[in-house]
Amino acid sequence: MLVPILKQGDYLIASVQSELSDEDLLKLRDELVKRVGELRSRGVIIDVTALYVMDSFATRTLRAIAHMIRLRGAETIIVGIQPEVAFTMVQLGLKLEGVMTALDLEEGLAYLQTLHTSKRR
Amino acid sequence: MADEVRVSINSEYDIVTARLKGRDLAAKLGFSSTELVVIATAISEIARNIVQYAKHGEISMSIIQQGSRSGIIITARDKGPGIPNINLAMQDGYSTGGGLGLGLPGAKRLMDEFEVTSKVGSGTTVTMKKWLR
Ligand SMILES: Nc1ncnc2c1ncn2[C@@H]1O[C@H](COP(=O)(O)OP(=O)(O)OP(=O)(O)O)[C@@H](O)[C@H]1O
Ligand SMILES: [Mg+2]
Repeated sequence: MLVPILKQGDYLIASVQSELSDEDLLKLRDELVKRVGELRSRGVIIDVTALYVMDSFATRTLRAIAHMIRLRGAETIIVGIQPEVAFTMVQLGLKLEGVMTALDLEEGLAYLQTLHTSKRR
Repeated sequence: MADEVRVSINSEYDIVTARLKGRDLAAKLGFSSTELVVIATAISEIARNIVQYAKHGEISMSIIQQGSRSGIIITARDKGPGIPNINLAMQDGYSTGGGLGLGLPGAKRLMDEFEVTSKVGSGTTVTMKKWLR
């Protein structure tokens, strides 16, 4: 598995370690959707700091992952999109519409926590 | 030609190989880190189109020199079904494969020069260049 998925409390953290093939991305999708249910997770963070290329397929798949996980009752936050990658995505015309993002893992976790405290009120 | 890199494209794994080799070649030439990502991403899009629409093909990449400027030229060739209407295929959002329809127009925006030639029934060639600034 190129993307280890760790459980941290109510959340799952998937950290991309290297360049991903299309198949790796689809495996990640299936694995996350499955584990969110099994572990009753309330949030998922996908750390893409190591991702060098975010092309149309990767963007489409990440968007699909976030939507599927929302249908499973949890929220997804993509963290670590590098400045070069952000620049390229914008030029290419790629949008992560409807998907939450944060600067890094720490910010992502803080974001999930605020989401859940406000929900509980 | 010196410094020519060829990657034969037969499966999705070759997409990753092609973009890594393209990035390495562009890095040799001295492109900035942003331009390296830009070039690798454009290669990824056209390589994926080969896998998706033509199944097999080849991407060749080399350093070019024109007067005082130098750059990278990337050519993707396949003998797949071809593109019936190139103008349509170059439009944002046009896809016959359930994609975002951003691969071709997006790669064009990323590169300095971009050309598609295609003949229905005999294949498609995409040529793109990026000049060193
Ligand atoms: N090598 C090719 N051979 C045959 N048809 C092609 C080829 N490349 C592109 N096309 C055609 O051009 C259309 C547009 O390509 P483009 O890469 O822009 O979008 P897409 O592949 O459909 O979606 P995306 O790249 O956003 O996932 C494709 O849907 C396909 O019909
Ligand atoms: Mg495409």
